[in-house]
Amino acid sequence: MKRAWSPWAARALGWFLLQLVRVLTGAQARWYGCPPRAEQRIYFANHQSHADLVMIWAALPHELRSITRPVAARDYWTKSPLRQWITTAVFNAVYVDRERKGEGDPLQPLEQALASGDSIILFPEGTRGDGEEPQAFKSGLYSLALKFPHVVLVPAWIDNIQRVMPKGEVVPVPILCSVTFGAPIQLEPGEERRAFLDRARAAVIALRDR
Amino acid sequence: MNQFLRSLTPSQQVGALFLAVFGILVLASVAVFLLTLRERRTAHDESWQTGLSDFRHLLGRSWVMVIVFWIAWTSGEVMATVLFALIAFLALREFITLSPTRRGDHRSLVLAFFIVLPLQFWLVATRHFDLFTVFIPVYVFLAIPVASALSGDPHRFLERNAKLQWGIMVCVFGMSHVPALLLLEFPGRNYEGKQAFLVFFLVTVVQTCMLVQHLVSQRRRRPPSLPGISNSFHWDNWSWGVIAGSTLGALLSFITPFKPLQALVTAFVACVAGSLGHLVMKALKRDRGVTSWGPRDKSVTGANGLLDRMDALCFAAPIFFHSVRWYFGA
Repeated sequence: MKRAWSPWAARALGWFLLQLVRVLTGAQARWYGCPPRAEQRIYFANHQSHADLVMIWAALPHELRSITRPVAARDYWTKSPLRQWITTAVFNAVYVDRERKGEGDPLQPLEQALASGDSIILFPEGTRGDGEEPQAFKSGLYSLALKFPHVVLVPAWIDNIQRVMPKGEVVPVPILCSVTFGAPIQLEPGEERRAFLDRARAAVIALRDR
Repeated sequence: MNQFLRSLTPSQQVGALFLAVFGILVLASVAVFLLTLRERRTAHDESWQTGLSDFRHLLGRSWVMVIVFWIAWTSGEVMATVLFALIAFLALREFITLSPTRRGDHRSLVLAFFIVLPLQFWLVATRHFDLFTVFIPVYVFLAIPVASALSGDPHRFLERNAKLQWGIMVCVFGMSHVPALLLLEFPGRNYEGKQAFLVFFLVTVVQTCMLVQHLVSQRRRRPPSLPGISNSFHWDNWSWGVIAGSTLGALLSFITPFKPLQALVTAFVACVAGSLGHLVMKALKRDRGVTSWGPRDKSVTGANGLLDRMDALCFAAPIFFHSVRWYFGA
């Protein structure tokens, strides 16, 4: 019985969340470096709030939303059945372990998603930042860029979302937010891991003042 | 003609007014469309082109505003109040976006958006006139700093609270006086059911004042009177705007419960309050280093700089409402 209404509930909830985000934040997308196109992409963005995932999902055009999967932290988003259902059924999220556990490769689920042709939304800081500047990027982005050279890497800056729902608060307040998408970057042949990650981080920060 | 209009019921009269306004807009749109056709054949200088494109923007905005007011009128007083509550919500959202807030302000913001705003418009819709005029200046004025103090963050405390209170005052308190006009009663003046005219009167007079001021300042490039605050404001242009608005008010006295001289004075008061209020909001914008309240780029939400268009009305409405109520005992 539960299976029968589940897709409808997910669609209804998705629609509701989209309207909610629009009313609260405007969900404005600003495409400065590239047009919204249905090619395989990795969007990487700054991470300030759990609402980032919803925000960037809402800012994407409808056609891209269905082929783009956000990466969600497994420990937070699978804590309760409701959270897990929302991230799976509505956002079609890819779960990733923030801490390396045992032998398994934490990037395995991401590689699987990319291999099957989906685009993904990645927060390379790994955890939410507190200050103005994003923290140093983790190496996942580098490994994926190395393994999937044909996938376009698009930097994105999510502005203001931490004011909508600061850490520890439950009720969001309406404040206009925007997601700025910049020009794609590429992994240069023979580029060092750290150099590439710093360049990617700089590309994200550069969008802040655009 | 006059006899015929007087024989109509109040709601038919309001309908006729909207018909007239829509007619004028259609004529203006057709004229602009014909001009754009002609423009391709004859070469014009650049200032003419920008003038035309400015006018088209203005026309588009007027269409939106008139349609919004028309929907508000046809759907009754309650829907009109809801509509203005929505406008107040969007305006406050723009105001707060550009005012830096800290984490400690979160509870106050929740209070402002989800309790103060709906409550204020509910008070309007249920005609609690005595409470609705003091609810924000007295109760909320004290409640907001308490909510901020309870969060335990003293950093720039006065500044943060002042900004939030200003936003509520302008966007919520000011805007809520527009639907309140729909509920005014003028005993002994046979004005029942015609209050929509009063909203039309206020909006037309204030917007005319702002428009004339804008057009005069574009025609005559004078050095600004207050360069620190506005690049376009000049006392001469301002006087022209106020004179035009007040004169139009006197001419429109037949749709109001006022005599022509009374209409002139109320229009004058509304124009002065609106245009100077616009100046105040310009000063606030300058302080934040922006030119408009909207998002930095063209927005997809349609809420692009709403407050820029509404701020004059937000200042004019409470002054107009209270002076009319005081003088006419409405």
